[in-house]
Amino acid sequence: MFNSLILGAGFAAGDILFQLVAFIVLLALLKKFAWGPLMGIMKEREQHIANEIDSAEKNRKEAEAFLDEQREEMKRVRQEAKAMLENQKQMADQQGQELIEAARLESERLKEAATAEIKRERESAVASLREQVASLSVMIASKVVEKELDERAQKQLIDEYLDQAGDQK
Amino acid sequence: MEHHAPTTEFLGMTFNLSNVLMITIASAIVFILAVVTTRSLAMRPTGLQNFIEWVMDFVKGLIGSTMDWKTGGRFLFLGMTILMYIFVSNMLGLPFAIAIDSELWWKSPTADPTITLTLATMVVVLTHYYGIKMKGAKEYGRGFVSPLKFLFPFKIIEEFSNTLTLGLRLYGNIYAGEILLGLLAGLGGAGIAGALGAFLPMLVWQGFSIFVGTIQAFIFTMLTMVYIAHKVADDH
Repeated sequence: MFNSLILGAGFAAGDILFQLVAFIVLLALLKKFAWGPLMGIMKEREQHIANEIDSAEKNRKEAEAFLDEQREEMKRVRQEAKAMLENQKQMADQQGQELIEAARLESERLKEAATAEIKRERESAVASLREQVASLSVMIASKVVEKELDERAQKQLIDEYLDQAGDQK
Repeated sequence: MEHHAPTTEFLGMTFNLSNVLMITIASAIVFILAVVTTRSLAMRPTGLQNFIEWVMDFVKGLIGSTMDWKTGGRFLFLGMTILMYIFVSNMLGLPFAIAIDSELWWKSPTADPTITLTLATMVVVLTHYYGIKMKGAKEYGRGFVSPLKFLFPFKIIEEFSNTLTLGLRLYGNIYAGEILLGLLAGLGGAGIAGALGAFLPMLVWQGFSIFVGTIQAFIFTMLTMVYIAHKVADDH
């Protein structure tokens, strides 16, 4: 009665059994030899990609932190350099000032020494001049008034001249 | 050109030897295809691995569109095997048919209702099995009377109609394709005029049959997942 069950096709219990067994065997074989490994590699890749993303994220954060650190460091170094430069400038200024001061003092000293020397020279010149004038005057006077003046009047006259000569510097 | 099946009796059961042959060949091709494509697996997929991974992603998509991955993940291998087995079976009958002494040996195994209904029944039985296993007998039984009690007879009918339509849809499409191919081949063999006349329709029909065979493999897998989801998903 099964022989014309569906659209005239014969009812073949053997086919049913064979198809079932074949399918189940195929499923088991594929699971073991194909789908299992394939699934494994796909899972592995998924894991790998997830890891890569994680590590990339971590690296990025690290790089950012490092960058911040570097930026801070840069700022600090720049400030240091600026301070150092200012220091140097100040020091140089001070040194220049000191040099100028020393030069000024030196020149002053030299000037003073020169002035003192000049004064001394002049005094000694005046003294020697006075002596010479005195002796010259005496000589002249003695030549001019040798005969007319006595000793006392002559001396008086000489003194007068000497005083005048001493006042006229 | 009336063909009949080469049958034999063994252990009290009728075996259609051409079905046995073609089931074995289809299974072997699927197995070889799967093993060759997954032979050299690498983290960076190349060539054939790309193809098989695309198939896997495709079936994943099918499952994902009917149920959530946590419940559906276990059906991935089943879906892939069904998809590839039915696809290969559908393609087998396309290039040629071999008949010896008017016994048809080479054909699509899916061009036989016994085979398609076996697969369909297997799928429906699996849905019940997983329905009971994953939701419990009580919850499974409640599925037949919800949302309303009087739907019970319809639910029972639905199970049988699901099985029938699932199997017969596949059978009908592939069988019809092979019938027409056989007719065209007969026309082509009838003479020079027949060969000239049959060439173009043959070309077109074979192209269309490839399309139909692909679509049917897809539909069978899709419906399998839909039926399973119907039984194992928490809401429907």
